[in-house]
Amino acid sequence: MTDTAILAPSRLAVVRGHLRGNPLLLVGGIVATAIVLIALLAPLLAPYPADAVSATHPLSVLLPPSMSHWFGTDQVGRDILSRVLYGARVSPLIAVFVILISCVIGIPLGLAAGYFGGVIDEVIMRVTDVFLAFPALLLALAFAAVLPPSLTSTTLAIAIAWWPWYTRLLRGQAASVAGRPYVESCRTLGISRRRIIFRHILPNAITPLIVEISLDVGGVILTAAALSFLGLGAQDPTPDWGLMVSEGQSYFMTQWWLVTFPGLAILITALAFNLLGDGLRDVLDPKRVVKLL
Amino acid sequence: MTRYIARRIVLAIGVVAGVVILTFLIARIVPGDPAVSWAGPHAPPSQFAQVRRELGLDRPMVVQIIKYFEGVLTGHWGTSIHTHQPVLSDLSNAAPASLELVLAALLFAIAVGVPMGLISAARPGRLVDHTIRVGSIFGVSMPIFWMALIFQLLFFQKLHLLPVTGRYDPNVAFAHPLHAYTGMAVIDSLLSGNWPMLESSLSHLVLPALVVAAYPAGVIARMVRATVLDTLGETHVQMVRALGFSERTVFARFAMKLAWSPVAAVIALVFAYSLVNTFLVESIFNWPGLGSYAAASIGSLDTPAITGVTLLIALVYVFANLIVDVVQAILDPRIRLG
Repeated sequence: MTDTAILAPSRLAVVRGHLRGNPLLLVGGIVATAIVLIALLAPLLAPYPADAVSATHPLSVLLPPSMSHWFGTDQVGRDILSRVLYGARVSPLIAVFVILISCVIGIPLGLAAGYFGGVIDEVIMRVTDVFLAFPALLLALAFAAVLPPSLTSTTLAIAIAWWPWYTRLLRGQAASVAGRPYVESCRTLGISRRRIIFRHILPNAITPLIVEISLDVGGVILTAAALSFLGLGAQDPTPDWGLMVSEGQSYFMTQWWLVTFPGLAILITALAFNLLGDGLRDVLDPKRVVKLL
Repeated sequence: MTRYIARRIVLAIGVVAGVVILTFLIARIVPGDPAVSWAGPHAPPSQFAQVRRELGLDRPMVVQIIKYFEGVLTGHWGTSIHTHQPVLSDLSNAAPASLELVLAALLFAIAVGVPMGLISAARPGRLVDHTIRVGSIFGVSMPIFWMALIFQLLFFQKLHLLPVTGRYDPNVAFAHPLHAYTGMAVIDSLLSGNWPMLESSLSHLVLPALVVAAYPAGVIARMVRATVLDTLGETHVQMVRALGFSERTVFARFAMKLAWSPVAAVIALVFAYSLVNTFLVESIFNWPGLGSYAAASIGSLDTPAITGVTLLIALVYVFANLIVDVVQAILDPRIRLG
C-alpha cells in the first residue's frame, strides 16, 4: 500500500496538473461557479430587488446606463442590472430540471435496452431514433408552440427533445459491460437483476454521464433562451434573459442597453458551461469528439 | 455493402414513419378543439358536428393517423390557418430564401472553420490552439438572435455599412426585374447577368448569413481539429512519418485525407441545424424564408403550418443522415464492416 502511495501522485496533484494543462477548464469552472453564486445571492447583490418582478417606475423609463443604474432601465423603468442578476435563477434552473427529467427517463430506458437486448432493445432504440431524427431545438420548439407558454412548458418541451441522448449513451455503456465475466458471475451468484443493473452496470457509466451532462448545460440554456425569445417560455414579469432580449427588440436601435446586457448574460453563461464541459471531456473522456446540440 | 445500405434505408423509412406519427401527436396536443378553431367560436353546435366529420375527428385515432399519412404522402399537408394557403405550397415558396441563406452561411462556416481547425490541430496545446478553441466554443455558445440584433446595431445603425431588412432593395428590383429560375436571388441574378440585383442581394445576404454561420463555424472547427488529431495517431500515418516524409506531407497528404469524411458528415448535419436556427434570425432581418414562416405560425398558433415546417426539416435531417451514412460506407470500408 505504501508503495503505491509513493508512486501515485495525490488526487489534488492530479487535479492541479489537469488545470495547468487546461486553463480553459479553470476559466469555465470559475465563471460557472460565479453564476451559481449570483443566482444564490441575487437578493443581496441586486441594487433594486423589487425590479426583478413587477415593480414599475414611470419616471425612470428607458434611462441609459449611469452610476445609479449600471445597465440602464427598461421600458417600464425597472433596473436592468437587478433583472439580469435575478435572471441567473431562471435559465440555469431550467437546465437543471431539463437534465434531471432527461436522466430520469433516459437512464432506465438505456440501461434496460443495453442489459436485456433483444426485442426490448429494438423497441426502445427505434423509438429513441425517432426523437433523435429531429434537431433538439426543432422538437422543443414544436412542443413548446402547442403547449401554453410558461416555464413549465419550456422545461417539458426541452426535456422531451433531450432524454434520447441519455438513453443512447447509457445503452452503449450497458451493452458493452453486460457480457463481461464479472456481470456473468454476479448472475451465477444469484444477485438480483436490479442490484446488478444499479450496482454493477450503472457505476461504469458515471464518467461519460458526467461529461454528457456538463456539455449539455450550455445547450439547454441556449435552447431555453431561444424559446423565450420566440415568446414560448417565461412571461413578463419573470426576469428571463431570452424574454428580456425579446422585449427590448422594439427599442434596441435607440436604447441599445435593453438588448445588450441580457444577451451578454446568455452568452457568458453558455460559454462558461461549454468551456467547463469541454475541459471535463478532455480530462475524463478524451475519446469523445463533438456533439451537435 | 449493398446489404448495409439497404439496412440503412429500411431503418430510415421506419424513422420517417415515426416522425410523421410524432408530428401528428404534436398537432393533437393543442389545447382546445380543432373543430372550434376551424368553425369559429360562435358557430352553432350542428356546424361543429359537421366540421368534425369533415376533418375526420369523429373517427378512431388509428384511422386519423392513416389519413394523415395518406395526406403527407400525397402532398396534402393541410391548410395554413394564418395564410389560408396549402401548407406545402407555402413551404415551397419560402424554402428557396432559407436555402440561399443557409448555403451562404455554410460557405462562410467552412471558409473559417476548416482552416481554424487545421491550424489548431497542427499546434495542439499551444496558444494558437487555445485561442481557436475558445473561438469555436464562442461560436456554439452564441445566442444567435442576440447576435443578429447586435450586428444590426453595429453595421447598420453605427457604421451605416450594410442593409438589414429583406433580400434586396425593392427599388433596384423595380428598375431591374429579376427572373426567378431558382428562387435564390443571388443565383438568379448571376444566371440572368443582372448585376445591380446581384450587388443588392449579396449586400443583403452578408449579415444574416454571418449570424447563421456562427454555430456551424464553431462545430466545423472543433470537428476538423478532433479528427485530424485522431488520424495523426493512426498506425499508417505513424508509418509514413517513420518512413521519413516531412511533417508537412504527413499532415497534408495523409492525415487530412482521412479527416475529410467525418468533416463532410458534420457539414451535412449542421445544414439541418442551421435551417432551425433561421427560425430565430430570419424574422429579425425580414428574410421571407422558412424561419419567418415558422415564427409567424408559432405566433398565431397555426398548427398545420407548425407541424408542416417541423415535418419538412425533420425529413431533411433524416435524409441528410442517410446520405452521410451511405457515402461514408462507400468511402470507408471500416464502417460497413464494423
